Amino acid sequence: MAEAWAGPVEKGANAIRQGIEALPTPVFPQAVGYTFLGCYILLAVVTLTIALLRRRNPARGFNEIRLRVRSFWFIVILATLALGFARWFSIVCIAFISFVAFKEYLSLIPTRRADHRVLFWAYMAIPVQYLLAGSGWYGLFIIFIPVFWFLALPMRMVLIGETRGFLRAVGLLQFGLMTCVFSLSHMAYLLALPEAGNPQGGGVALLFYLVFLTQFNDVAQYVAGKLIGRRKVTPSVHPGKTAEGLLGGVAVTVALALLLAPWLTPLSLYDALGAGLLIGFGGFLGDIIITAIKRDLGVSEGDSLTVGHGGILGRVDSLTFTAPAFFHFVYFLHY
Amino acid sequence: MPPFLRALCRWAFLILVAWPICLVVLGMNVRHRNRLPRQGPAIVTPNHNSHLDTLAMLTLFPWRQIPKVRPVAAADYFLKTGLLGWFSLNFVGIIPIARKRGADQADPLAECYAALARGEILIIFPEGTRGEPERMQELKSGVAVLASKFPLVPVVPIFMHGLGRAMPRGAFVPVPFFVDVYVGQAMQWGQDSAGGDKKTFMASLATNMRILGEKHERPEFD
Repeated sequence: MAEAWAGPVEKGANAIRQGIEALPTPVFPQAVGYTFLGCYILLAVVTLTIALLRRRNPARGFNEIRLRVRSFWFIVILATLALGFARWFSIVCIAFISFVAFKEYLSLIPTRRADHRVLFWAYMAIPVQYLLAGSGWYGLFIIFIPVFWFLALPMRMVLIGETRGFLRAVGLLQFGLMTCVFSLSHMAYLLALPEAGNPQGGGVALLFYLVFLTQFNDVAQYVAGKLIGRRKVTPSVHPGKTAEGLLGGVAVTVALALLLAPWLTPLSLYDALGAGLLIGFGGFLGDIIITAIKRDLGVSEGDSLTVGHGGILGRVDSLTFTAPAFFHFVYFLHY
Repeated sequence: MPPFLRALCRWAFLILVAWPICLVVLGMNVRHRNRLPRQGPAIVTPNHNSHLDTLAMLTLFPWRQIPKVRPVAAADYFLKTGLLGWFSLNFVGIIPIARKRGADQADPLAECYAALARGEILIIFPEGTRGEPERMQELKSGVAVLASKFPLVPVVPIFMHGLGRAMPRGAFVPVPFFVDVYVGQAMQWGQDSAGGDKKTFMASLATNMRILGEKHERPEFD
């Protein structure tokens, strides 16, 4: 029986190998390609497992987890397209994520009618910041929003002349720009880093490492929390977060960081340990910070306000923390 | 302009202007989309805060219906200059009405009657003007006149929030904000006018629009 299958299996494997060799070389390096393949296989396995579980136990719908898996399919497919086409296209995609996140932030906070033009100026920082990131002009990239736009926005605002609510308006705007644009733009700068700094596949591999670990960390903390979570770790901010979930998730993330580091990064074993801890705890912090902001504004998680446009802030919350943290960790060590 | 050319103009306006601005730059967040009329004749009555309101309303309908979706707009504003008038009539597809009625004029709503008789969907801003951004104003009674003449035509109240923040009166460049749209349940002359009273009908329309808006937690804006 087994021998009868050996021929066709070998034939099929050969055909697949030839097909892969015939494919045009993708923009991203081989290591990233294989990790993407790993993502698709992982998602396929999870999807199949859920389908089997549902067949065996039709009473339970597994709806929440099915929705999560479905959104991960979308994310992985979109990420493949965003990274696989061209470098400039990847940067435009990340800039668009920044734009939608900043737009969502502005839609949630109170704004003053007088500041219409100031808000327009704030938006104008997005194309400039991503142009600087894409061109690899580090000196200007790193000060443009924290220095130039930090000064320009209150300047524009004071020239309009409305003093009522001035400090609140300018403070809210600066925080949004730092979180949604400056922080996230570090992902784009990873793509502009010199190839030589990472022989394992340049900036694309680093970006992939960062985003994959951050997303995986979210899931790992969620799953660990569901399985063994008991003690609440931030009861007043996010009652769903447990110490066991946090530590379990970080442990899984660190393990994965160590496993993937030789493939995708120039990091040594100890460096990778540090990167894993940074992404594990950083992702948690980014998550609860955005949660705290939403609570302050009176928006509950999964509120109807995010129906339809999916709530991008909730998707990138961990990255607002891990992107700059990981970037400067790697930049300090290897560039 | 022959009808098919006008339809092409309206699709061009939808695809090149309304969709990019409302779906990419702004972002629409529509509740109860299924309450929108599938086909005409029908009247939808959103609140009015911004020039962008009309664009936002157009994106709510399937593209195929767009040639039959007609925003009702003030003649004194949109037909002021020849170019704006030509563009408004052919690309936006407005039905111009006179806001102030002269002594010698015919019924200002005559074109609306004709449009409803042809089975078109009218977009009427019952506030009549954009006014203060994100503040509802008293409603004009034109909708009640139309509803009394066409008692079977559904009148769908709509509440929108965000467009006044994105482009208030006096601003010329839109600033991106997410837009929230609440579609209300269709009203009908027979049920909501309490035996044919226009004032009662307008009062219940105003109440329905206000209730739609009250459901929404809005950040302050002033």
